[in-house]
Amino acid sequence: MARIDLVDLAHSYGGNDAPPESFALKPVTMTWRQGGAYALLGPSGCGKTTLLNLISGIVTPSRGKILFDGADITPLSTQKRNIAQVFQFPVIYDTMTVGQNLAFPLQNRGVPKAEVEARVRQIADLLDLTFYLDRKATRLTADAKQKISLGRGLVRSDVAAVLFDEPLTVIDPELKWQLRSKLKALHRELDLTMIYVTHDQTEALTFADTVVVMHDGRVVQSGTPAELFEKPAHTFVGYFIGSPGMNIVPAAVSGHEARIDGHIIGLHRNYGVLPAGAKIEIGVRPEFVNVAAPASGLLSATIERIDDLGRARFARVRVGDAKFSARVPPAFSVSDDTVGLVFDPAHVHVYADSRLVEGVA
Amino acid sequence: MDKTVNQKAWFLVLPVFAVVAFSAILPLMTVVNYSMQDTFGNNQFFWNGVGWFKELLDPSTDLGGRFLASLGRNLMFSAIILAIEVPLGIVVALSMPREGWTVAACLVILALPLLIPWNVVGTIWQIFGRPDIGLLGYTLNSLGIDYNYVSNEFDAWATVIVMDVWHWTSLVALLCYAGLKSIPDAYYQAAQIDGASRWAVFKAIQLPKMNRVLLIAVLLRFMDSFMIYTEPFVVTGGGPGNSTTFVSIELVKIALGQFDLGKAAALSLVYNLIILIVCWIFYTVMTNAGTERPEKKGGA
Repeated sequence: MARIDLVDLAHSYGGNDAPPESFALKPVTMTWRQGGAYALLGPSGCGKTTLLNLISGIVTPSRGKILFDGADITPLSTQKRNIAQVFQFPVIYDTMTVGQNLAFPLQNRGVPKAEVEARVRQIADLLDLTFYLDRKATRLTADAKQKISLGRGLVRSDVAAVLFDEPLTVIDPELKWQLRSKLKALHRELDLTMIYVTHDQTEALTFADTVVVMHDGRVVQSGTPAELFEKPAHTFVGYFIGSPGMNIVPAAVSGHEARIDGHIIGLHRNYGVLPAGAKIEIGVRPEFVNVAAPASGLLSATIERIDDLGRARFARVRVGDAKFSARVPPAFSVSDDTVGLVFDPAHVHVYADSRLVEGVA
Repeated sequence: MDKTVNQKAWFLVLPVFAVVAFSAILPLMTVVNYSMQDTFGNNQFFWNGVGWFKELLDPSTDLGGRFLASLGRNLMFSAIILAIEVPLGIVVALSMPREGWTVAACLVILALPLLIPWNVVGTIWQIFGRPDIGLLGYTLNSLGIDYNYVSNEFDAWATVIVMDVWHWTSLVALLCYAGLKSIPDAYYQAAQIDGASRWAVFKAIQLPKMNRVLLIAVLLRFMDSFMIYTEPFVVTGGGPGNSTTFVSIELVKIALGQFDLGKAAALSLVYNLIILIVCWIFYTVMTNAGTERPEKKGGA
């Protein structure tokens, strides 16, 4: 258990002299508190697994430092870092029983036998593996094998952090839900710092207290699921999180007004000084744009199609060249291709060169 | 599902059947025929029934004595070379580099002995070990070790065994290396994180994952060493005395040296049968040990 500090941490598989833009992980500085549940979220190739492997010591960083509780552990080997990691595909020691598999990390560290047994029982109990303890691990299904891998990650009570590298990839969707909530429960029960890598936003948002969104080797935002949803710090976060993603459209912004296609949308805050020469866009989540009957004063749009997601309906509309997703209120029946769009000004954000601009109230 | 019944399909098998008949079944039946007869040359044969087989299994007869003694030597030889080549092959495979140009270099060097024809290997070691002009023999003798594979049984055995190890350890090593290469990196990373020692990694990951290739290696090496002929024949000619006369050498002596076709036929049938049975036992035992039959979920 430890607080984890990343200090100016960066990594390039091409060595330290590689051009900065080619770094798999661009310099990042952040602090993860002890006992937290974190998710590293991003598309494939965004550097999230690299970051995880840097923390576990499988990869040595090109630059920067990693501190556990203030102590620099960057040069230490994986064995000495006191970390647990669960991989994407189950790793099982073929010759051992399930129980021996779970006990392996403890035995290697010379934990007394009685203690090993008690801990193995506890973990097996939490993961519903008690029944299989004396079975050979190779005979089990992929699900059960991955549970054993999870168990080996969780069995040590003294670890600085448990790292998960997309651990539910091989699990059936139905079991995924169960295991995810189980992990959440385990996190509360065992009081371990957990870091969870995934490209699945549902997984990240349900598991973590803090979600770290990564894009192109950079951490673009770190915050609670609500923060990521309501106030994306980067347009990437906007459209990567949420389904459908955030509407990002070019606009001219001045003061309390944004202008799209000649139409004026009111803003909640004052954007007096915007960086000169920057690409200005506004972002608004589809949940905060409603489709209404066309009226003067409303931005008019053409409906392309309507997606019924069950819990809500979203319309794909077009305004000039810009495309929007907008919520279709339950009572609204679409009679015409042309509709008006109603924006919720509190949730319209302004982005300069993809980064959020904080307005003045 | 309804299958179309078409007995004409059997005709398609006919060419293969004909080839197998001429290449395997007929020659084998000739051997079976010979094994029941005795001949004194001139193409004259006399019916002997199972007489040769009875003699073969009776150590008090000349034929049985020679056969069982050479069989014993053969089994001992196979046991010794397996005991050396398998662990040595594993060690070599483990110490090979995993990436870079050195991999290719290692593979080429390892493959070299495998490419040399059997009797060339024999000739190499025959000369290498000679006390008068051979590098090995001369060096050993000048170091004060009285080494002579022509006159000393132990030296002859040592030479034949070292020669086989030199020739074939590469095969085991290459198979093991292929087995090791197929282990995903995640296993090693997991073992590191689980704090496993080098020995634990070997025992828990590498050895179990090499199971299948080791089975193949043991099978191949057993069969090959059990049928060994050329190399010891070139080096020692089966001597000194009969000390390195293996079954195949004995067989050739009887068949071609004495022209006792009946005895030789009976011996070769038994020899063949032993190899088949031992391979079957090996295969059955080791596949059952290696693969777990899937168990029903939910126990009971």
